[in-house]
Amino acid sequence: MASSTLARRDAAVGYTMVAPAVLGALAFVVAPLVAVVWYSLHEWNVLANTFTFAGADNYERMLSDPGLRDSLLASLWFSVGLVVLNISLALVLAVLLNQRLPGTTTFRTFFFSPVVVSLVAWTIVWSFLLQADGGINGFLSLLGIEGPNWLRGETTAMISVIVVQVFKNVGLNMILFLAALQGVPEEVQEAARIDGAGAWRRFRSITLPLISPTVLLVSILTIVGSLEVFAQIAVLTGGGPGSSTTVLVYYLYQQAFRFNDFGYASAISVLLFVIVLVLTLVQWQTRKRWVFHEV
Amino acid sequence: MTPLTRRTPARRRLVGVPLAAGGAALALVLTACSGGGDDVSGEPSTPSEPVELRMTVWTADETQLAQFQEIADAYVAENPDLVSGVTFETIPFEDYTTSLTTQLAGGNAPDLAWILESYAPEFVASGALVDVAPKLRETEGYEYDDLLDSSLALWEKDGGLYAYPFSNSPFALFVNTDQVAAAGQPNPADLVASGEWTYDQARDIAQAAAATSGKQGLVVRDFDYKIWENLSTVWDGWGAAPWSEDGTQCTFTDPEMVDALTWVHDATFVDKAMPGPGTTADFFAGDAAMTITQISRASALDDSFAWDVVPLPAGPADQQNVIGQAGIGVFAAGEHPDVAADFLAWFTNPENAETLAAYFPPPRESLLNAETLGAANPKLSETQLQAVVVDGIQGAVTKPSHQNFAKLQDTVRAQLDALWTADADVEGVLADTCAAIQPLLED
Repeated sequence: MASSTLARRDAAVGYTMVAPAVLGALAFVVAPLVAVVWYSLHEWNVLANTFTFAGADNYERMLSDPGLRDSLLASLWFSVGLVVLNISLALVLAVLLNQRLPGTTTFRTFFFSPVVVSLVAWTIVWSFLLQADGGINGFLSLLGIEGPNWLRGETTAMISVIVVQVFKNVGLNMILFLAALQGVPEEVQEAARIDGAGAWRRFRSITLPLISPTVLLVSILTIVGSLEVFAQIAVLTGGGPGSSTTVLVYYLYQQAFRFNDFGYASAISVLLFVIVLVLTLVQWQTRKRWVFHEV
Repeated sequence: MTPLTRRTPARRRLVGVPLAAGGAALALVLTACSGGGDDVSGEPSTPSEPVELRMTVWTADETQLAQFQEIADAYVAENPDLVSGVTFETIPFEDYTTSLTTQLAGGNAPDLAWILESYAPEFVASGALVDVAPKLRETEGYEYDDLLDSSLALWEKDGGLYAYPFSNSPFALFVNTDQVAAAGQPNPADLVASGEWTYDQARDIAQAAAATSGKQGLVVRDFDYKIWENLSTVWDGWGAAPWSEDGTQCTFTDPEMVDALTWVHDATFVDKAMPGPGTTADFFAGDAAMTITQISRASALDDSFAWDVVPLPAGPADQQNVIGQAGIGVFAAGEHPDVAADFLAWFTNPENAETLAAYFPPPRESLLNAETLGAANPKLSETQLQAVVVDGIQGAVTKPSHQNFAKLQDTVRAQLDALWTADADVEGVLADTCAAIQPLLED
């Protein structure tokens, strides 16, 4: 009897310990998720104050909404551009800054510093640089090149938004890669060197497999982050020109806060949730094929 | 989140449990609010303790805000049992309506808010605002009949008044006469006097001034290639309009509109008389020779350069005055609509309307004369006020508005982006614009 009282007491203490985290997750993660799904089944105009059950209407509307299709495409371009550029640049920087050369610490700090700058401040500075008569075109004109009006052309606007975001966050991925690179045992490299492997061969067959868990982590984080981009779009392009940079989250924002259509916006956020979930699951499931080991 | 007072339970519905909804990216918040139809007439019932009122505005001008605060403080002193204070909360112009509806969505409705004329039909029809006509009519000394019917029209529905148009501000053209003279160009005021004040003249002066100063020529303020409705100040001179008067037919493809926007396009890309996309130029900081904006912006002028203000130039369809209206509405979802309406009646009574007339021409017939306006506004001469304000309100048209304006604004903005390149096909872009907005007009 005494032991079961003790067990109950132990359990009570345990539940009390985890209660703050569980309650927090319930209130701020699970409840909002459930609420958004519930809202997405309604026609809800916040200005007119209407809230009526609409069943699957919002989801049916998605199927024939050209604006949504355009925003999915814009998100796709943005994510592909960002992920490829960000991960490859971060890896290159990490490999370069992993050398024992003078000044590497300064460069590491230099590339990492944008990560700690406020996102909006960073973006506003870039919006000035990217103006038709801004700093970037001023620099190009010194080289005799007439730069485009970056934020007003459909392709250049998308490229600009991607590059601004890459420079903002590449430092974080760089540090993660750097930490992984420093965990690659020197003796393995040396053994390969003795066997006659060149630098590229050693990178390809030793370094990359050994840091593959970090590559997995970084790619999941970057892909999820790329789908949630909002502030940069709002500040730099407002979704334009045309709808070329209206990515999914910006479209969602327009529906909710510009057009007061919260029901449809909720349905779009459910779609975004599903996309992120599926992408993450796919990466997780395929990790066995390309991730060397798990840490 | 505090539950809202439900004064007339039969007419209200609890539409959802207040819950922060994060989803993947945004918090969508639902709250209980009223369905409108509140009766705010009669003396407001005295609350258990004095309430704090909040009014959202888009001006950040310290002189104007100080003036509002002074009027509000006098109201607080007069009604200490009713209110403890009134706060004026500035929301930047560009995001004003979005931020306001976000507050509504978050269950944080202000008690009163400025409302832009473009969104007037949407707000008036929505039921979010209370009818203030009975309250204003019955307030002693308010002189409701002094209000101009033409000013009230946009804000009325079924005999009720859903916001008071406190500002009926004509658009005018401000001139940096230093820059114009430096370029050896004629003074616009002289051209007005001789009847030669046209958009083509304005463009030529702007082009020459910009070439001489290395700065910008003519800036349509706040247009910035986003708020396209501000271009109505120009296209009204061509007799153009974005949609038919009943709001059901797109008229972007009408010859008047094609001509007007071709003029704007060429003035920008061929003559370089107007700043191109992505170029910011603030007239009041001395960055441009001329700007089209509302008279209420005169407060931003200092003595750093010589300036003048003249009526809008004439286009091919003659000179057309344009006004921008701003209303003050009382939100049904606010916590104390009856107190807020009582404050509105104070804020806009004849005496305070005269004070506010310095920057916001009131909809009161008795106050719309150069003498009254001049007493309130030392920066402008009586001649300027007569020409620009008093005459400017006569026969003026208001900026475009529509019940579906938010969607139209975004859709037209996205379509017109194609127009703002040097080699744009104006007619083609406008045909695309009509194709895109026609379904929204019929919505």
